[in-house]
Amino acid sequence: MFEPKIICFFCKWCTYAGADLAGTSRKQYAPNGVVLRVNCSGRIDPQHILWAFREGADGVLIGGCHPGDCHYQDGNYNTMRRVSILKPMLEALGIESERLCLDWISAAEGDKVVRVMNEFVETVRDLGPLDLDLADRLSGAEAPESAEVVGQES
Amino acid sequence: MEHRIGVFVCHCGSNIAGVVDVKRVAKQLADYPGVAYSTDYLYMCSDPGQNMVKDAIKEHNLTGVVVSACSPTLHEATFRRAGAAADLNQYRVEMANIREHCSWVHRGDKEKATEKAIKIIKTMIEKVKQNEALEPISVPMTHRALVVGGGIAGIQAALDIANAGHDVVLVEKTPSVGGHMAQLSETFPTLDCSQCILTPKMVEVSQHPRIKLLTYCEIDDVSGYVGNFKVRIKKKAAYVNRDICNGCGLCVEKCPRTVASEFEEGLATRKAIYTPFAQAVPNKPVLDRDNCIYFESGKCGICQKICPVDAVDYEQTDEFLEEEVGAIVVATGFDLYPIVNIGEYGGGSIEDVVTSLQFERLLSASGPTGGEVRRPSDGEIPKEVVFLTCVGSRDPENHVSYCSKVCCMYLTKHAMLYKHNVHDGQAYVFYMDVRTGGKGYEEFYQRATEEDDVLYVRGKVSKVFEEDGKVMVWGVDTLTGRKVEIAADLVVLGLAMVPNSTAVELSKKLKIQVSEWGFYSEAHPKLRPVESLAPGFYLAGAAQGPKDIPDAVAQASASASKVCALFSEKEYHREPIVAWIDEDECSGCKVCISVCPYDAIEFDSQKGISRIQEAICEGCGACIAACPSATIQQRNLTDSQLYKMVSAALED
Repeated sequence: MFEPKIICFFCKWCTYAGADLAGTSRKQYAPNGVVLRVNCSGRIDPQHILWAFREGADGVLIGGCHPGDCHYQDGNYNTMRRVSILKPMLEALGIESERLCLDWISAAEGDKVVRVMNEFVETVRDLGPLDLDLADRLSGAEAPESAEVVGQES
Repeated sequence: MEHRIGVFVCHCGSNIAGVVDVKRVAKQLADYPGVAYSTDYLYMCSDPGQNMVKDAIKEHNLTGVVVSACSPTLHEATFRRAGAAADLNQYRVEMANIREHCSWVHRGDKEKATEKAIKIIKTMIEKVKQNEALEPISVPMTHRALVVGGGIAGIQAALDIANAGHDVVLVEKTPSVGGHMAQLSETFPTLDCSQCILTPKMVEVSQHPRIKLLTYCEIDDVSGYVGNFKVRIKKKAAYVNRDICNGCGLCVEKCPRTVASEFEEGLATRKAIYTPFAQAVPNKPVLDRDNCIYFESGKCGICQKICPVDAVDYEQTDEFLEEEVGAIVVATGFDLYPIVNIGEYGGGSIEDVVTSLQFERLLSASGPTGGEVRRPSDGEIPKEVVFLTCVGSRDPENHVSYCSKVCCMYLTKHAMLYKHNVHDGQAYVFYMDVRTGGKGYEEFYQRATEEDDVLYVRGKVSKVFEEDGKVMVWGVDTLTGRKVEIAADLVVLGLAMVPNSTAVELSKKLKIQVSEWGFYSEAHPKLRPVESLAPGFYLAGAAQGPKDIPDAVAQASASASKVCALFSEKEYHREPIVAWIDEDECSGCKVCISVCPYDAIEFDSQKGISRIQEAICEGCGACIAACPSATIQQRNLTDSQLYKMVSAALED
């Protein structure tokens, strides 16, 4: 069976702590994701996401605080806007936009970490391995160079 | 720079080693580029474990350390101290979380868990390779605390901090301090009168030279960070100038409008202009605009006419005050689970089915019946009273899943006090378990059963309904297997404690975490029980979870001592994980300034560049992701580090 590789960017205050809670509660979930801790989901630049796909990730999962709950006031709104801009660009590159998932998971939602992770792994599993050669053909560009362009903030 | 990283893989007893092949992990990572030393040990956090780290730093001349163990929330500080003790800069020590994020959640597949642990550690090796040696940033600190909530926990915290020599602002949303404890009759297990032990503290808090008491006020907004919070407080319009009011009470006496009293839990009335109870502090009235005839029709105005000091002011509006504080204690307390949600027990529909707080008022010497137990419907003295435990609590399907902790004890007290009051009455307690953990608690329960003949029935009640002026209680005694049917005169529901209705909204303003049911989350359930994960916020009382008075007071004092420990230093030392701008590369586009939530970036118009003020930057990284020229970076979490970490996680 295809085992997708998932990169997870979790914010320190909510989702990372939620994943800690899942652990403390001994909830079990798919081992496909590796979590990188960032202070805020708003720290995530579209280039980080594109880099992950280039380096072999089949999916990227971003977890942040619920809207209104951001520890840094509104960093998660920045994330939301960046992700919604990036998704059509991923499609244009030939990367299914479902391979990028943004969800709000609070420090109290260990159950949600489990559900979101498992569902995302299954979604990506159904999509199959990311074929970046195809993406290159469709976009006519090298992934990292596209990253430079997409990474710019209007 | 040549990297010489040390990797220390913790077994955590069998917590990690039972799932992850720690020997294999340590062996495999010994060959990873940049790793100079790799080992495993049973408990890395123990003294011998920490010494292993210290010794290895010296012996192998390590430039960085990755302790692969639990969540950084738990032991990052521990190992940073260990590193610093061996002269390795503390910011060159990182944790790889292979317990909460790996062994505990992937118990079914040891092979995959081991592979994942290796990947997690690799990401942290890549991170630490590029970590700079940093020093904490020292910033001035305001040695003044804010306490939110004027119940017993807030009062205790405020008094302890103030007695230690620091100024305190105590904010209470109702017109008086005292909280729910002021409503209680007598308190278990000693049966001290609640008022007798509480009211002196209420007075003390209002007269303390270091405490600024702000009642009928709410937190409107909080900004800043530990050591330097700015708090905007809404002083709600009381329509009484409480500074000049002398508390004579004439207005209250003459007010023609009566409404249900919140303090008496609806069992008695109050006036539209009122003090919540006779011992209120401050003992000065507020006017309830929603129920005032003057505000309804423009007529009446009696209170204004009669006030001898002209304190009644119908034109008063909400005011806003600004306070600067260095630490915040959150003690917002609890509410009872709404009785109307308990339809199966006649909650909200049968008059003689009352809440536990209503029963406290019926028992209280200052209550609506003067301390005689009389039922609400007809004022008769009830001869058969049924007390139900676990109403709403321990019921994950319908209500809340947790144990409210105090109900077993207060219902025992209720039954006992009822028997002291009505000698020929019979008290029944339906219970799931009787939980009497606490000093003198079990003995108290034994006294209720043996000396006061309170009858305990093990089983849940299925139905409560009215019949012929009685409240019928149907249940099962699960010890005998027999059906129990009691024609009661009064039923008391031991309702679950839930967080105060304002708690979740306040948590959003404070930016602190709440748990599943809305109680404030502590940084660690065992080792940091009175601190929030967000620095500078401390938790006290039932706002953090159901607890009784001794526990609430103990936690309040603990919070106060944490605040005092914070204030023991002149300056606050902040994490240096802040953003910085490469001045040579900055184009001065100011995008960063527009996204910074803290106004931490200033524009140098002479040089045409933006500059980050380290003392203000919180390290959220919003500016970094927004910078179009990748000129801003975060100390010890640069883009370069993130890229390397991503690559390491994906490497086969």
